[in-house]
Amino acid sequence: MFFGRVAGTVVAARKDVHLEGKKLMVVARADHNGNRTGGMLVAVDYVQAGYGDFVYLAKSKDAGFPVPERNAPIDAGIVGIIDHTTVVGEQVDACM
Amino acid sequence: MYVGKVVGTVVSTCKEKNLKGLKLLIVFNVFEQDRSRTEIAVDAAGAGVGDYVLVTIDGGAARMALGVENAPINNAVIGIIDYPELYD
Repeated sequence: MFFGRVAGTVVAARKDVHLEGKKLMVVARADHNGNRTGGMLVAVDYVQAGYGDFVYLAKSKDAGFPVPERNAPIDAGIVGIIDHTTVVGEQVDACM
Repeated sequence: MYVGKVVGTVVSTCKEKNLKGLKLLIVFNVFEQDRSRTEIAVDAAGAGVGDYVLVTIDGGAARMALGVENAPINNAVIGIIDYPELYD
């Protein structure tokens, strides 16, 4: 899993049938301190993340596991919102 | 799998239901120059901060190590290494 910051949303009326009802969000890759390190991607949101949330994502086919049907074309999914990370030496609060 | 070092932990109360009860560690690849490229790995071996660990990169292996059916995870800490050694 990797870190990310929610940067935006994606609205798509015409999309794959398995993506119906799934919230799509634009996520920027981030490091463990929450600072963006560039690289934007679209991920399915499983935890109702909002704009600016410090989140972590699963990639490749593992991101499709929360969806009951196994053949959903999902390769990135937001699987958790981070309250805070504690890195050796400094405590980083996620809401900064 | 790669040799990683645990540098921190992640506290996340609002997460996917299959991730409940799994400890999240922040690891980086020891044999990579860029130490800021950290990843999150689910702890399956009782590793703590500062340990050298063995980390899977495929979700299937991670789920097998944890015995969790459909958790959306990519990396799991499946071993604690006493001393990693690189010869070249």
